[in-house]
Amino acid sequence: MDLSNAERVVIIGGGQAAAQACASLRLFGFEGAITLIGDEAALPYQRPPLSKAYMKGELAEERLYFKPANWYEDQNIDTVLSVRATKIDRSAQTVELEHGGSVPYDALIIATGSRPRTLPVDGADLDGVFDLRSLSDVERIRPRMIAGQKLVIVGAGYIGLEAAAVARQLELDATVLEMEDRVLARVTSPIMSQFFEDEHTRQGATIKTGARLASLKGSDGKVTHAVLADGSELEADLVLVGIGILPNVELAEDAGIACSNGILTDRDARTNDPRIFAAGDCAARPLVHYGRDGRLESVHNAIEQGKLSAAAIMGKPRPPEDCPWFWSDQYDLKLQIAGLSQNYDETVLRGDPSERKFAVFYLQNGKMIAVDAINSAPEFLASKKLIITGASLAPSLLSDTFKSMKEIAATAA
Amino acid sequence: MAKIIYVDHEGTERAIEATNGESVMEAAIKNSIPGIDADCGGACACATCHVYVDESFLEKVGTAEDMEQSMLDFAENVKPNSRLSCQISVSDDLDGLKVTTPESQH
Repeated sequence: MDLSNAERVVIIGGGQAAAQACASLRLFGFEGAITLIGDEAALPYQRPPLSKAYMKGELAEERLYFKPANWYEDQNIDTVLSVRATKIDRSAQTVELEHGGSVPYDALIIATGSRPRTLPVDGADLDGVFDLRSLSDVERIRPRMIAGQKLVIVGAGYIGLEAAAVARQLELDATVLEMEDRVLARVTSPIMSQFFEDEHTRQGATIKTGARLASLKGSDGKVTHAVLADGSELEADLVLVGIGILPNVELAEDAGIACSNGILTDRDARTNDPRIFAAGDCAARPLVHYGRDGRLESVHNAIEQGKLSAAAIMGKPRPPEDCPWFWSDQYDLKLQIAGLSQNYDETVLRGDPSERKFAVFYLQNGKMIAVDAINSAPEFLASKKLIITGASLAPSLLSDTFKSMKEIAATAA
Repeated sequence: MAKIIYVDHEGTERAIEATNGESVMEAAIKNSIPGIDADCGGACACATCHVYVDESFLEKVGTAEDMEQSMLDFAENVKPNSRLSCQISVSDDLDGLKVTTPESQH
């Protein structure tokens, strides 16, 4: 559908994908009305630092915001904050708001993001138990991150481990509970899991794998203990829950837009309604380098789909679709991930984990599909390109640290 | 405060007033300077805030640390005066700094 005559673009959501869509629409020359509807009080801000530098107190709040408030005024973008969209009426082309009223659209971008999975145990609602998703979550958590306090983190994914690193640096007593038999089990290989488990242990955190939380106990409404399935109890002044997120697809689903673990889009971020796009955590998109659809929870994805939807609305050529990438900061370790490692059939280690500088490449049928790089930017950056080109590389070449990544990449070209 | 001048690849100059302590990247993003993407928000994780530092300021700006240097090694069209603008912190010393953005950050 040609939307080049669109006069009103509405964006539901106030995260990174929404902010990018606003910026890209104006950059691509859109002069009509833009309305951003966000259910948080804050203007769009960066989430990654919430479990890293910002949680640690090393980054001022104002540096989280993508754009200052006056930018939205200057760009004539109407920001409707602390307001939930309750319904998308596709035939009337309106978005209904919780306190009444509706906003008409010619094109709509759904960037509703995701929400934390809630802890399915008794005591999850006790004082001192927190999700870690929004700025307001961290505002509540930070005053309690006091040296010597006992922190229990539920879930050893990236968020949980990043929070554990911050907690140790602030000298809290930190324990991480993980149901699986290793940390980061869903997202990385056993060798990386072992490296992070060893690192956290060395830094004084306690990692309990194969540990299932049974309930949280409290007194006077405040959490005091985590009870595990084996009956053991851990003291807890503070509990952080990091057990994954769920895409916010309900608005789209209720409007009859096709969803399957995410709002389904084509390569232009367009849903099955040609006036409606989806971007960021809530969307399931074609993963062009992997020949399947999937949902990505990442900065790269939010930015890219924000741009893709804006370009499609403006009839501009499709912006490049990059190889998915991610990062995680824990202690002095920078983990950079390129690609998606699911379904790998071979791993290649380059470098020595004991030197805290190494990479694990993931291959499928001899082709590189992903890399986890610890303090190894060349491995990350070279691999991003090699993954996109679908290069075949001999494991013995990839592990040869006498050759630079530049030389290795040149061999593949 | 420091005046920072961003020059795009076609030679168009845009001058802004930056606050001490913020990065040259952040000042650019807040002022909608085109040519700097800064996808990772300043975590030195993406190399999409590449700039060329005006020769007269190279000494004051200083040199890239290891992590930044290895990121730069893989950016496109790197020159000896290339830096990642997220790693340059604004100070009074940098008043009048001129940086040029490359044609593409990807």
